[in-house]
Amino acid sequence: MIRNFFKAMKQILIGDRNYYLWIAFLSFFVIAGMAAYAEQIHDGLIVTAMRDPVSWGLYISNFTYLVGVAAAAVVLVVPAYIYNFKAIKEITLLGEMLAVTAVILCILFVMVDMGHPERLWHLLPFVGAMNFPSSLLAWDVIVLSGYLFINATIVLYVLYKLSLGKEYNLQFIKPLIILSIPWAVGIHTVTAFLYNGLPSRPFWNASILAPRFLASAFCSGPALMLILFQIIRKVSRIEVKDKAIFKIAELIAYAMCINLFLEIAELFKEFYSGTVDVASIQYLYFGLKGNNGLVPWIWWATILNVIALILFLNPKTRENMLTLNAGCVFIIIGIYIEKGMGLVIPGFVPGTLGEIYNYSPTHIEILITVGIWAFGALLYTLMLKFAIPIYTGQLRFSSTKKTDGEKTSSVDLEPIAE
Amino acid sequence: MSKKQRKNPLSLKLDRRNFLKGSALGLAASALPLENADASFIEAFFQKHFREMNKKEIQEVLNRLEKEYSEQYKKHVTVKATKAMPGVQFGYGLDLSRCIGCRRCVYACIGENNQSRDPQIPWIQVLSFRKGDKWTDLEEADKYYNPATVPEPEHWYMPVQCQQCRHPACTRACPTQATWKEPDGIVVVDYNWCIGCRYCMAACPYGARHFNWGEPHIPDDELNPVTHYLGNRPRYKGVVEKCTFCIQRTREGRYPACVEICPVGARKFGNLLDPSSEIRYCIENKRVFRLKEELNTQPKFYYFYAT
Amino acid sequence: MDSEAALAQSPQVQEHKIPKYITPPPPFSEGIFPCSDCHKDLKPNPKRRKLELMHTDIHLKHAGGEQWCLDCHDLNNRDKLHLINGKLIDFEEVYYLCGQCHGTIFRDWKAGVHGKRTGEWNGKKVYRLCTNCHNPHQPHFKPLKPKRPPERPSDIK
Repeated sequence: MIRNFFKAMKQILIGDRNYYLWIAFLSFFVIAGMAAYAEQIHDGLIVTAMRDPVSWGLYISNFTYLVGVAAAAVVLVVPAYIYNFKAIKEITLLGEMLAVTAVILCILFVMVDMGHPERLWHLLPFVGAMNFPSSLLAWDVIVLSGYLFINATIVLYVLYKLSLGKEYNLQFIKPLIILSIPWAVGIHTVTAFLYNGLPSRPFWNASILAPRFLASAFCSGPALMLILFQIIRKVSRIEVKDKAIFKIAELIAYAMCINLFLEIAELFKEFYSGTVDVASIQYLYFGLKGNNGLVPWIWWATILNVIALILFLNPKTRENMLTLNAGCVFIIIGIYIEKGMGLVIPGFVPGTLGEIYNYSPTHIEILITVGIWAFGALLYTLMLKFAIPIYTGQLRFSSTKKTDGEKTSSVDLEPIAE
Repeated sequence: MSKKQRKNPLSLKLDRRNFLKGSALGLAASALPLENADASFIEAFFQKHFREMNKKEIQEVLNRLEKEYSEQYKKHVTVKATKAMPGVQFGYGLDLSRCIGCRRCVYACIGENNQSRDPQIPWIQVLSFRKGDKWTDLEEADKYYNPATVPEPEHWYMPVQCQQCRHPACTRACPTQATWKEPDGIVVVDYNWCIGCRYCMAACPYGARHFNWGEPHIPDDELNPVTHYLGNRPRYKGVVEKCTFCIQRTREGRYPACVEICPVGARKFGNLLDPSSEIRYCIENKRVFRLKEELNTQPKFYYFYAT
Repeated sequence: MDSEAALAQSPQVQEHKIPKYITPPPPFSEGIFPCSDCHKDLKPNPKRRKLELMHTDIHLKHAGGEQWCLDCHDLNNRDKLHLINGKLIDFEEVYYLCGQCHGTIFRDWKAGVHGKRTGEWNGKKVYRLCTNCHNPHQPHFKPLKPKRPPERPSDIK
């Protein structure tokens, strides 16, 4: 078993020049991020642009976005079943692995945001003093760890079975997969409630928040998956049918419709009622008292989302790989802005005592953020490198014969962080 | 503190200290440069939650902290952990018709409670409003007014600090129970337990919680050496702090520093459970209101107009 | 404070519920008290006039300028103040005098709600006399220089 594991681990080291370049490229950013983090540990969070009025920033924005990615990656299993895609197992496996990666990144983003990461054990039940059930952050810790556990179990079981040359038993892990779907909805709901449950922040204190979180997650997560599928099927023997890809794109279009509809509902409520609580959304969309740092960002995000919606609604553009991929990229960027900085920052502006502080991340924050994303890309790449040969049957452990490693994907997960 | 078990539905009888020493020491040993870490760092790392410690353990911690602070600030520093008096709920009154916005309270508080001077962390924020402007959204407020003299014509002032809510949003939000409401109604933070996630800052409707973004800095000669564990002892980088109604003074029966410094006597303090206290007099005889009452946090900080 | 015990005993104090701990003395200018040092040799002159020989530093800005020294100070006993009913009181009891017009303030002050207090919230409270904070001739507070504003979050580096 252990020997087999190392045998599979060897796969990670085998690759062509592109593969090594890709790994080196990612490692460079990971190391740069670690250096930046070392500086942050030494000087404190004062090296970030966060201050008392805006006490969360880029880190928590990324955390929120990635919870959505983690949730959506798994929920994709549902249409795979309903529409009986030929690549159910592939989609399931790749989705679960993406979910595992995304949750790990979520945890990292929370860690780098903490003033005292070495005290993380205070969060644990029994050992520490977890404030359950009253703190939504405690809930979030529980659901995210549970989610990581469920998905990691599925992935490990499948790979273990496959490595023995056995067809894995879908019936056996079905309960886990079925559990992971509501759980995925749960992690994003709890994350939404984390914001939603704060009456002190009217911008977040809207019942519509959790549905909006889910709707946007079902845009960005699958969009990311679509790009990954195409890369993976190009560089490996895993097959994903076009039909499945187009179907997912169609589903993204529906999710985007709901997302935009909910956004309009929110805008109507805020602007038409015109109470004093309109200030935050005013700051986001139109600027407040000459402070309009977020305005171009949110409008670009909205425009990108609308363009993607049009591309995905029209079968012609949906089934053209170029426009399809353009739409995916637009959605990934659009939702990243809308559900990242566009969600977190306006909650703090104006502050609870009316203060307007214009937050814009420092280079340290950006380096750490890019570093974590690069780490995620690295992790996913290595997971694929490990899993795909087993999956496609190129690697079997019954025989001691070595197999040739396949070329591996280069998955670009870099967000555009300005 | 009392041996009151925290209300934790997951409560397990587990000697945390031993459990940790067993399981985490290995982890810590690999993670921490043990050979040059002093013992107190390890002690601090394994320190229990304040409310889980017995008398003896608390005394050990207080002794350790006194030693640390005395070395750090080159003078004798005492750290007490005076408990709440029975039958006391502290309440605060602030007379808006008197406050002239001179900020004497802000700096008296900084001096008494050992806030960092650089970066500056004031616990009291004095807002200035133009008379007649709407103020409910506080958006028209100016925190940075700096005229030659106060009060400025056409302006009024409202100092805001921790409102010591009966239903605090912050303690509900804290994932580690590092902040809680004491029996006398003061909301406190255990600076050795806070993980610095800042969720309480997002939850507080009054901007009353402040974070040590950098290493706090207090000149040795300005340090107030009379401190309380849950109050004005020097803080650490990466933890949240807030007003505690001067817990180190009020638990000894004294008035908070801001009450005593106010040159116009706008600040009132007392025991809400004592019918003859001045805070009760305010509530019974004046028109009081509380900030953002619609949020139902039920502050024990009452604004009123004496005139 | 020697007068404290005596003060607490007097029936008037008990009736009025005058707080026990006060911080006399009243804030006289240097060498001005007792007034009788000078006034015992002067003939009392009740006429309303502009003072030109002495007390030129006093500008009455109280009650719309309708006031006159002898409304409060006693014509025949300069070391005392007198109430409207003619009763003489010490400078340490000035609150009776002020309380004649400022009844609601007097009531608040006794309850500890008007004016500054120090000491113990549940024990010995230290009150100020009206005249410790207000100049009786010009009771309105003078403007103060405010202490510096807080650092802006954008300036914290």
